[in-house]
Amino acid sequence: MLRKIRIPLAVIFYVGVTLLFLDYTGAVHHWLGWMAKIQFLPAVSALNVLVIIGLVLLTFVFGRVYCSIICPLGITQDIIARLNPKKNRYTYSKAKNWLRYTVWGVFAVTIVLGIGSLTALLDPYGAFGRIASNLLQPVWMWLGNLLAGIAEHYGSYAFYSKEVWLKSLPTFIVAVVTLVAIAVLAWRNGRTYCNTICPVGTTLGFISRISLFKIRFDESKCKNCSMCTTNCKASCIDYKTHSVDHSRCVACGDCVAKCKFGALRYSFAPCSKKADAKVDESKRAFLTASAMVAATAMAQETKKVDGGLAPLLDRSVPERKTPITPPGSLSARNMARHCTGCQLCVSGCPNKVLRPSTDLTTMMQPVMSYEKGYCRPECTHCSEVCPTGAIRKIDAVEKSSLQIGRAVWVAANCVVLTDDVSCGNCARHCPTQAIEMVHANPNNEASPMVPSINENRCIGCGACENLCPARPFSAIYVEGYEEHHSY
Amino acid sequence: MKNKNISRRSFLKSIGAATVATAALSACRRTGVASEVTNDYNNLAEPPIGQMAYRTNPTNGDRVSLLGYGMMRLPVEGGGSARESKSVIDQEQVNRLVDYAIEHGVNYFDTSPTYCQGQSETSTGIALHRHPRDKYFVATKLSNFAPANWSREESMKMYRNSFRQLQVDYIDYYLLHGIGMGGMDNLNGRYIDNGMLDFLVDERKAGRIRNLGFSYHGDIAVFDYLLSQHDKYHWDFVQIELNYLDWDYANEINDRNTDARYLYDELQKRGIPSVIMEPLLGGRLSNLPQYLAAELKRRAPQSTIASWAFRYAGTPEGVLTVLSGMTYMEHLKDNLLTYCPFQPVTTEEEQFLYHIAEEIVGMETIPCNDCKYCMPCPYGIDIPGIFTHYNKCKNEGTLPTNTNNENYARLRREYLISIDRTIPSLRQADHCIGCHQCEEHCPQNIRIPYEMDKIDKFIDKLKRNGIV
Repeated sequence: MLRKIRIPLAVIFYVGVTLLFLDYTGAVHHWLGWMAKIQFLPAVSALNVLVIIGLVLLTFVFGRVYCSIICPLGITQDIIARLNPKKNRYTYSKAKNWLRYTVWGVFAVTIVLGIGSLTALLDPYGAFGRIASNLLQPVWMWLGNLLAGIAEHYGSYAFYSKEVWLKSLPTFIVAVVTLVAIAVLAWRNGRTYCNTICPVGTTLGFISRISLFKIRFDESKCKNCSMCTTNCKASCIDYKTHSVDHSRCVACGDCVAKCKFGALRYSFAPCSKKADAKVDESKRAFLTASAMVAATAMAQETKKVDGGLAPLLDRSVPERKTPITPPGSLSARNMARHCTGCQLCVSGCPNKVLRPSTDLTTMMQPVMSYEKGYCRPECTHCSEVCPTGAIRKIDAVEKSSLQIGRAVWVAANCVVLTDDVSCGNCARHCPTQAIEMVHANPNNEASPMVPSINENRCIGCGACENLCPARPFSAIYVEGYEEHHSY
Repeated sequence: MKNKNISRRSFLKSIGAATVATAALSACRRTGVASEVTNDYNNLAEPPIGQMAYRTNPTNGDRVSLLGYGMMRLPVEGGGSARESKSVIDQEQVNRLVDYAIEHGVNYFDTSPTYCQGQSETSTGIALHRHPRDKYFVATKLSNFAPANWSREESMKMYRNSFRQLQVDYIDYYLLHGIGMGGMDNLNGRYIDNGMLDFLVDERKAGRIRNLGFSYHGDIAVFDYLLSQHDKYHWDFVQIELNYLDWDYANEINDRNTDARYLYDELQKRGIPSVIMEPLLGGRLSNLPQYLAAELKRRAPQSTIASWAFRYAGTPEGVLTVLSGMTYMEHLKDNLLTYCPFQPVTTEEEQFLYHIAEEIVGMETIPCNDCKYCMPCPYGIDIPGIFTHYNKCKNEGTLPTNTNNENYARLRREYLISIDRTIPSLRQADHCIGCHQCEEHCPQNIRIPYEMDKIDKFIDKLKRNGIV
């Protein structure tokens, strides 16, 4: 029964969350955006109290069903494990407590200290997001482009094509390595990752020890056939002692289905004596988990011929002293503290502005750059999709005066001076009219007109940088602000 | 252009198939009909030999074919024409086209050192050199547009090089290329101050140039000035833009341009023959919106849309030849059918075409012919691509201009998708910096940066109304 409910639900969540990362049209988010927001770590990061309470209660009542249904990385492991044709291959193993508590401790420290890249590396949802957006989305987009090609052939506008590009090599490598590691572990031993490394699994494990519903042995019916143990992907059932380690059990129900004698049940029962002995420890664990949430909360306060096309050099990325973080992220610090590097904003950015950071301390977290587009005034997509509170929800009106950086003019690159032409494309496209064309030489009325930037009005959207004709380096580029502000 | 010919071809094919089938059915009743019908079909599809219309040049008695071959859209390897593509010219195909044209009576070939991204003269020379020198007239130009070519040495180099490329020792028709573009300053810089015009007059005396003339676009002051000097220079011919739209509406569409009626009349007053360019306005008069195309088809179901424009351009008596830049054999055959034999438009047909012209003016499209003289834009903008896309949507009535329109959302999406399909984003209107370098090259005198800015703002407004 448990299994029959679990599998369809898991499929729905898995497909839904995956679609969130694949979709580049902005259509799916409207319907399925909540699936990202109920993920555990994003909810903790966003201090989404309702979701946290809900997940804690869910686990308290049903055990770690979160890991079997909601967590996309968990389901990825189930899928990979299932592909292994060898049956009855699991064995019971003791909990590797030293490892999982160490990882959990490190994880808590990274959160408190705001070392975003490490937090992101350990977050299961973020890890899945990186795999989906780096490895699956390109395939999805190529398919879309193929359909767009066919649609174009028939004069249809049902599909449109979108450029597929490598946004960050380090993040791509992280995604590949994560996938390979997860796949190897899952292929061999099922949920090893969940029960030794995953900090979310460990956290929920504290609660699931005392959950109301759990897998229980009926020793009188058990014939010691070992089918439950050899089919437990969490390696948490020891048929010899008739014990289940509930901190590791993900409540998948496979054991219940495999047991021919009805010796295993997933049932509600008052605590037995044996469980009583463990209450203290569990209580302590629960308190620790709550403390972690609280700690996170505190941390968050803060000869001319006719025809032909001129070749165009590719844009080079300028070296920005301060990286630009998307509007709504409040500050570089807020971003570093909250972001789990899931890539949901990056994979959905319609203007090709966001990409994962390659900087060591903020690795995989989104930063902005304007080689392929600029942060268009009507778009607030990233602020809408972010499940972690790293990018807070803003609307287009707020965005129009939100200063995330400011433009800087580089005279040596400006075509007005290098090519001796009139230009002003930056000034024409500035959405806040922060750029004024002035005489290069204030004392000479005949001198060419060059841009001057009113830093008090510039919002750092990058329209000027993106549309600047100078190549490969723009003559005007945006420096980020550590703290965003409005004017 | 392309579509027209394909449709004509398939149209003829289906007519042919249908008639043959009908003929086969009725053959049992009336013998001999089948062959008659087949002949009719052949007459529609295959231009006859020996029927070409000719005009006589009053100054020296040259018998010039009314259809002239413009060598500015020659085919390239791998398909398409040399104006769009960087590929090399498909010389074998050019030879075939030239052979076929000469066989059917075409004897005027018009090229320039700038055509086909600089490849045209060489290719023309190769194709024509295979024919006796007295079988063709070749026209080329002093195309010293870039200020770097304005000096006497550079201009002279360009002039001498034409002889080498064309493999001839005299040029039948030599033109000052595109005077009027850039106004009097340009004319003085390119031809007067460096003494090139006087030199060319001397060359005519020496017989290396048989006819001296100029091609005109743009500033009317330059045209008037050169004609006022007719007594001094004795222009043998002048090349002007003439078609049923420009006859009376060139000025109405763009106040910087002059009606063809004025240009032609001024030449006639002085007895100077006109060579006609842009009879089709770069294809705009063949790619009419469907409701106008249908009007033409109702009057003459079997004539192509383009043939109307060619008949119109060839009708005035003072026209020496009508140039057409033909890329494909289909273009050539279709045009030959119009001129072999030639039927001038009647007064009534002429009025009908002016009515069509009036409709086109009312559409307020950007008067771009896709001639690509403005290209390449040094900042990479695909100027004619952007204008052609805009005009196409305007013609088809699919511009999403009215937000209250029930189809607005769909039209908006289609416009935004189609512009990205047509033009790479780096070459779109928002990247136009407004340097105005293109403007003086535009034979239609379009205020290019101004139109770009308008389109840019239009697209930006569409984008601001949501995501695609």
